[in-house]
Amino acid sequence: MATRTPAPPARERRRRWRDLPHRLDLRVAPYAFIAPFFVIFAAFSAYPLIFTFWVSLHRVELATMDRMEWLRLDNYTALWSDDRFWNALANTFTIGVISTVPQLLMALGLAHLLNYRLRGSAFFRVAALTPYATSVGAAALVFTMLFERDFGMINWGLGLFGFDNIDWESRKWPAQIAISCMVIWRWTGYNALLYLAAMQAIPRERYEAAAIDGASRWQQFLRVTVPGIRPTIVFTIVLSTIGATQLFGEPLIFGQGVNGITGGADNQYQTLGLLLYEEGWRNYQMGRAATVAWAMFLLLILLFVLHRVLRRVLSRRA
Amino acid sequence: MGRIRKSFRSRWGTAVAAALPLVLLAGCSTSGGSEGGRSDDGTVTITMGLFGVMGFEETGILERYEEENPGIEIEAEVAGDEQTYYTALQTHLAAGSGLKDIQGIEIGRAKEIVDTQADSFADFSGMSGTDHFLPWKLNQMTTPDGQVLGLGTDIGPMAVCYRRDMFEAAGLPTDREEVAALWEGDWSKYVEVGETFMANSPDPDLSYMDSSTGLFNAMVYGSSEQFYNAEGDLIYDENPVVLDAWDLASEAATSGMTAALRQYQPEWDPGLANSTFATAVCPAWMLAHISEKAGPDNAGNWDIARAPQGANWGGSFLSVVEDSPVRDEAMDLVAWLTAPEQQEYIFQELGNFPSSEQAIESEGVSSTSSAYFNDAPIGEIFGAAAQEIPDEQVLGRKDGTIKDAFTQGLQLIESQGRSPEDAWSATEENIARAVG
Repeated sequence: MATRTPAPPARERRRRWRDLPHRLDLRVAPYAFIAPFFVIFAAFSAYPLIFTFWVSLHRVELATMDRMEWLRLDNYTALWSDDRFWNALANTFTIGVISTVPQLLMALGLAHLLNYRLRGSAFFRVAALTPYATSVGAAALVFTMLFERDFGMINWGLGLFGFDNIDWESRKWPAQIAISCMVIWRWTGYNALLYLAAMQAIPRERYEAAAIDGASRWQQFLRVTVPGIRPTIVFTIVLSTIGATQLFGEPLIFGQGVNGITGGADNQYQTLGLLLYEEGWRNYQMGRAATVAWAMFLLLILLFVLHRVLRRVLSRRA
Repeated sequence: MGRIRKSFRSRWGTAVAAALPLVLLAGCSTSGGSEGGRSDDGTVTITMGLFGVMGFEETGILERYEEENPGIEIEAEVAGDEQTYYTALQTHLAAGSGLKDIQGIEIGRAKEIVDTQADSFADFSGMSGTDHFLPWKLNQMTTPDGQVLGLGTDIGPMAVCYRRDMFEAAGLPTDREEVAALWEGDWSKYVEVGETFMANSPDPDLSYMDSSTGLFNAMVYGSSEQFYNAEGDLIYDENPVVLDAWDLASEAATSGMTAALRQYQPEWDPGLANSTFATAVCPAWMLAHISEKAGPDNAGNWDIARAPQGANWGGSFLSVVEDSPVRDEAMDLVAWLTAPEQQEYIFQELGNFPSSEQAIESEGVSSTSSAYFNDAPIGEIFGAAAQEIPDEQVLGRKDGTIKDAFTQGLQLIESQGRSPEDAWSATEENIARAVG
């Protein structure tokens, strides 16, 4: 290209035509190659996101989506002053904590055990993953039967120790604990396998060095294993937080029918996901449902920012 | 060689990757294809969307239609829960796809369909042979300008189902005439009998009724004006019928005579199977559920007595989607399914009470008795109850959701120990949210 000499116009034009496919290949092909992602992103992420926001500025009913009444930000101010929203937010948070903390601790312990040389380790690893492979609906249905008030197995078991029957569904904390049990059961094995994979990447020498220095098993776990898998722990915390924010299927099925949609007669276990569903698919108010959806989205962004800030502060202090 | 193959393969890979989004997008634009249609050999396929136990799938009546009408195939899909079913129907109506040719409509949704979806459903008004229904039944699905958007399946006349063995143990009469006399004319007497029952029943774990919501529904649905007035305004908070029903139901809920079970939820079924309560306010369509869940062990223990007052709880319609490619065939099928003979047959098989006046008057219905319920003459009991149903029932757009809100309000009292006043204001708030 550097030695470009003036050529006769006709020849030049012919050469341009001949080179066209090559030039297109260079200029256009890269866009074509990255297009699939952007097309899918536009169709399944960007468009729904923007359209949901548009809907949230209106009063719209599900049956008549073509009739929209412009409300500006009224849906948002109404949501802000709505006890139901704060209740759902608090429930999402408490169920999230009750389910995530024990789940990750148990996963850590389980991974530590699976990390030992033991007979049939492959079997245990597969077994740890089975709950994850079970459908939410089936698992939640079985748990709902276990937590049934009069003839459920858990109340029967508690009855052997002299406890009275607990009305799991009607009371706030029992209901939230029951739902957390489903989440814990389903995700513990999955997180354990993530931890296990990270643990196996820790070099043996570190343990040997620690052992030579006289570190006990427990000290080895605390000082070698946990720091070694810290990025994975952060990753599982992020995943669990996202999962907890979106918690929906378990409480919906746990409540059964009408109570499932509202998260209990008193909304005692209504999560944000259920609030969205109630507004959209029981009250058929799509505008309000879209508002809840956007509130959840903003909440996740807020969590993400907090996480970044916290990490920066912590790393600066370190 | 290997290198050539590799580049060849990767080129295919990119081609597939590039084509994939197009395929996915195309997949989105073509509709579900659940609608019926005509195939080349002339076979007509009619699809049906049903809920609960409407009796068509359960009694094999659809196969009979297929046999009698060669060339017609019927595919019915039954959803267990009506709320779930109706939500899906709303979504399908909004999207204009995924609709079945025939859709079942519950009475609590009838007004909303009439108000907002009149153009989506076919009009039965000119159809011959459809003048056999109770007059109020079709009025509920008729638009102001006279379109009939669906034909009636069943109605829900009320009675009280009771356990003979438990009544006997509590020193109460067991004969259904004598039991009916205990609470004749007034629902509050039904609650008074409950107090006697609770005081005298030898088993302290037994409850008198399954849930206070059955009582509430029975009282409200006995009135021609319920949650709305004829102008479409919400009047539940000043309608004396609703207020009385709330007072009596919350009295029952606080008295400890209810088992605090949620009807049609999984805990209700073991309650039936293990005999934890003595009575249930039962519309005709509940009989099938009780006999199935209480099981053969309890056959003959259950009996049916007249309710203090007539009421119509529930009942459904069958509608045909206007844009269905097999609209005419689907309308013929609906007319046949709701014809007196078929309604009579379903009543005898399952207990769903006919909405066809002609069927109600027929010998086949009035002489039917139920072996499971101690040979109770269900045709006679529910037939008499159907006579007491008010000839005009004012429906409202959100009847179904409001009923659910009251169900939950009574649960607040029954299961969560909230005061009736507190529960009432929570219910009001829920209703405001649902109608807004």
